[in-house]
Amino acid sequence: MTPFSFARADDAAAAVRMGGAPGAKYLGGGTNLVDLMRETVEQPTSLVDVTGLGDAIEERADGGLLIGAAARNTAVAGHRTVRTRYPALSRAILAGASGQIRNMATMGGNLLQRTRCTYFYDAAARCNKRVPGAGCDAVEGFNRIHAILGASPACVATHPSDMCVALAALDAVVHLQGGAGTRSLPLVDLHRLPGGRPDMETTLEPSELITAVELPALPMAARSTYRKVRDRASYAFALVSVAAALDVAADGTVRDVRLALGGVAHKPWRAAMAEQALRGQPATEASFRAAAEAELADAAPLAHNAFKVELAKRTITAVLAELTGDRA
Amino acid sequence: MTITINGQQVAVPSDPRVSLLDLLREHLHLGGSKKGCNQGACGACTVLADGERILSCLALAVQYEGRSVVSIEGLSPDGSLHPLQHAFIEHDGYQCGYCTPGQICSAVGMAGEAKRGLPSAVTADLAADAVQLTHDELRERMSGNLCRCGAHNGIIAAIADTFGRPAVAEAAE
Repeated sequence: MTPFSFARADDAAAAVRMGGAPGAKYLGGGTNLVDLMRETVEQPTSLVDVTGLGDAIEERADGGLLIGAAARNTAVAGHRTVRTRYPALSRAILAGASGQIRNMATMGGNLLQRTRCTYFYDAAARCNKRVPGAGCDAVEGFNRIHAILGASPACVATHPSDMCVALAALDAVVHLQGGAGTRSLPLVDLHRLPGGRPDMETTLEPSELITAVELPALPMAARSTYRKVRDRASYAFALVSVAAALDVAADGTVRDVRLALGGVAHKPWRAAMAEQALRGQPATEASFRAAAEAELADAAPLAHNAFKVELAKRTITAVLAELTGDRA
Repeated sequence: MTITINGQQVAVPSDPRVSLLDLLREHLHLGGSKKGCNQGACGACTVLADGERILSCLALAVQYEGRSVVSIEGLSPDGSLHPLQHAFIEHDGYQCGYCTPGQICSAVGMAGEAKRGLPSAVTADLAADAVQLTHDELRERMSGNLCRCGAHNGIIAAIADTFGRPAVAEAAE
């Protein structure tokens, strides 16, 4: 680990001030950043500990939920309102990492965790994300775990978060504070596709701090879930994951749907095409499969991950069928 | 600038690079917590921070200023054994013993989570208030602690014996 200075922020304004120093990074639970620093993939010259900032989980007058960025993953997954009104979020968090890591990891840190592409971690490999312009050893390498949607010749890495997939499906909004003031943006606009600059992973301004995540009132989210397909039953990253909420009308047609995919792209992938294909259609497996086909039509698998295309289609279909189940 | 470790006040290291695990092992010579992978993949370094299980290898010690940390050495006072340690002996919950301190600290933290009603990835009903620590629940909740010898069956049996029965008994009442 290269040397760095450490400071604890007492409030968001102080954090942003310290975060503006060259080479500064915000530190949450450290479960990803400390590991990357040990591998010298990350080499900040100062760390600003933001775990002492807002961690409250508050119900808002409009029916939504505001979650402080320092809230631990365990606290969010176990929160009564999250469990009953946004079960996909509880399930997504509980599907990720281990009990120990969920106790440490924060909301904000989870949003900003970096890819688990093995070439990104390996200092001996070429990686455009780690060293812009260096090339990508994953494109022609072992790319079983890599992206099938939205990738570029420069980068085929995937975003590792489970939580973000649920947040993408549930229309979450991210609250930010920077030197120029506060703003908010939809979670689906926080992360970027790689394009020619895979080192630029988010749309955050320099020193901009995530202060909270807002879940809008979304009654249909009470019927939502998350399914993660992985190489072992627990404590492994997703090959493919699906977060979904489904509202079926009395006549058996899809009144509304929210759908997002994990493990398939550089960012949590909101499946807008599948949603559009489903609205107004009968809530049947045939409709679900057709919507999945529409979403994956542009999939561009690599040498070792073509299985993800069919896996994503089947998982989307199975999750939507599960959410329809009790009504049938 | 201190951390309470097993009840003793300890100065926070001046170098912020020192992990909580290295503070325990190298500075305080508390060798129970193990450095298995040093990257958060194995759970051998698990300790309790204010009663919650964490990975001391991914924790910068400086971040734990003012907190109370308990490692395997401090789990039970005066050299006595914690009930779970007795159960590990009873059920032969080890082979080489390397993962054992992490397993035991993790299980103690896990039992606290279950007592608070925290669901897991295999909990069918997220709205349920009480958690029943079934075999599947224990396997899921302990999945962050690996045992390369393959002693998981004995480990789960020991944990079920210590923490599983009361929960089942309460649920049956």
